[in-house]
Amino acid sequence: MTQLEATRAVALQGDEAVAEAVRQCDVDVVAAYPITPQTIIVEKLAEFVAAGRFNGEFIPVESEHSALSACLGASATGARAFTATSSQGLAYMHEMLYNVSGMRLPVVMAVANRALSAPLVLNADHGDMMGSRDSGWIQVYAENVEEIYDRTIQLFRLSEDPRVMLPSAINFEGFILSHDKERVRLIEDDLIRKYLGRPAPKHRLDPKEPLTFGAIANPDNYYEFKMQQTEAMRNALTVFQETEREFEVFSGRRYGAIEAYNSDSADRIAVVNGCAAGTMRAAARDLNARGERVGVLAIKLFRPFPAEEVASHIRRAKSVVTMDRSMSPGAPSGPMAEDIKSVLRSAGMNQPVMSLVYGIGGRDLSVDDGKSVFGLADRGDLSGDVSIMYGVKG
Amino acid sequence: MSWKELEEAAVVKGGTSSSYVVSGWRVRRPVIDEAKCTNCLICWIYCPEPAIVRREGAKVAIDYDHCKGCGICEFECPPKAISMVMEP
Repeated sequence: MTQLEATRAVALQGDEAVAEAVRQCDVDVVAAYPITPQTIIVEKLAEFVAAGRFNGEFIPVESEHSALSACLGASATGARAFTATSSQGLAYMHEMLYNVSGMRLPVVMAVANRALSAPLVLNADHGDMMGSRDSGWIQVYAENVEEIYDRTIQLFRLSEDPRVMLPSAINFEGFILSHDKERVRLIEDDLIRKYLGRPAPKHRLDPKEPLTFGAIANPDNYYEFKMQQTEAMRNALTVFQETEREFEVFSGRRYGAIEAYNSDSADRIAVVNGCAAGTMRAAARDLNARGERVGVLAIKLFRPFPAEEVASHIRRAKSVVTMDRSMSPGAPSGPMAEDIKSVLRSAGMNQPVMSLVYGIGGRDLSVDDGKSVFGLADRGDLSGDVSIMYGVKG
Repeated sequence: MSWKELEEAAVVKGGTSSSYVVSGWRVRRPVIDEAKCTNCLICWIYCPEPAIVRREGAKVAIDYDHCKGCGICEFECPPKAISMVMEP
């Protein structure tokens, strides 16, 4: 029997998978405030505490700003800290996002992606995290529940690596993944704890030896501290590969920074992140069976952006469609489209890149829609300077 | 200093602000009229910096190295013993 078969398979919602992973990761402090569609994570963790199955400190704070502040303080003492949020909650955390990354604290956060108000909507798009794109957090997008579970575990390891020491966010679309019940092959507690070890930061807050974290730097030094963070992000790209490789040893599971489907023989490639990657692969499979040559590039690791790897998979394609599940009003294209264009041009590649926006506010993307997206890549207006708003009622 | 030499995350030993002199920030300086001062310590409580010094056997004094000249002590002083005077 392989290790994989030996693991216990259960049906879990995306949020439940996060809570289970956090329980297993020997987290010391959880500070979180419930918000739809992340609520189940907080409820489950509270249940674990009530049942005596979670040994860490659970702090029911009064806001998301406080949630991340509490995690900041906890992490600065060397504790392993976790929080979870969504949409407005992430927006409310905004200033603390920069403090946590600037103080180089390896907090891990789950974000059940939800569109931002107004108008009010509870459903998914990536607008919340894209609004915090430049906050210095490692950003991973999962596409199924088992990946959410695995990534939550991996991110503690990645964030706490001395070469990295940056916070990270596991993103998954609200309701579509947060509330979807899927098969998850759970990993034994002991294996996870051996994999993670314990955080060993260089500096710890200690009343006996007072320290100031994030002291005033002024124009003399601020830039250099930000340069350190940029360098740590660069390191994270290498460390990410290591943490995945080591995770694979005992779990048998590996995802990659990107997941390429049929990119070697495709004329047209769709670049996408989150759960729509599976939809696009299903669409590509159908089209390939009809003799069309299409492929899919799923961006799993968005920050740091795996630029070289992305370029190598697109090299042979004649055209590219980038799919952004977020609005960027007034921008020449969506955030992922901008990255893809930048990466390709820097690599000396000049394929037309079409920027497409989809799935805003939870608008569904079906497999037929996916086929239409590949159809759009055939059109001559690929290098247009505005995004195509796919699926908007015209 | 190069970014490679700086201590990560701007972590420094506590208490460094005591060696940072801010006297140059002031436009006006607080001056205590000892005759009016009742040593009630209201200024000591309200000062946002620890720039009011309590003294054994004497009334409060101003630590001019750490006073930024905000004037809160003058505003709060019940017997009006503190007045803000233009720096020369």
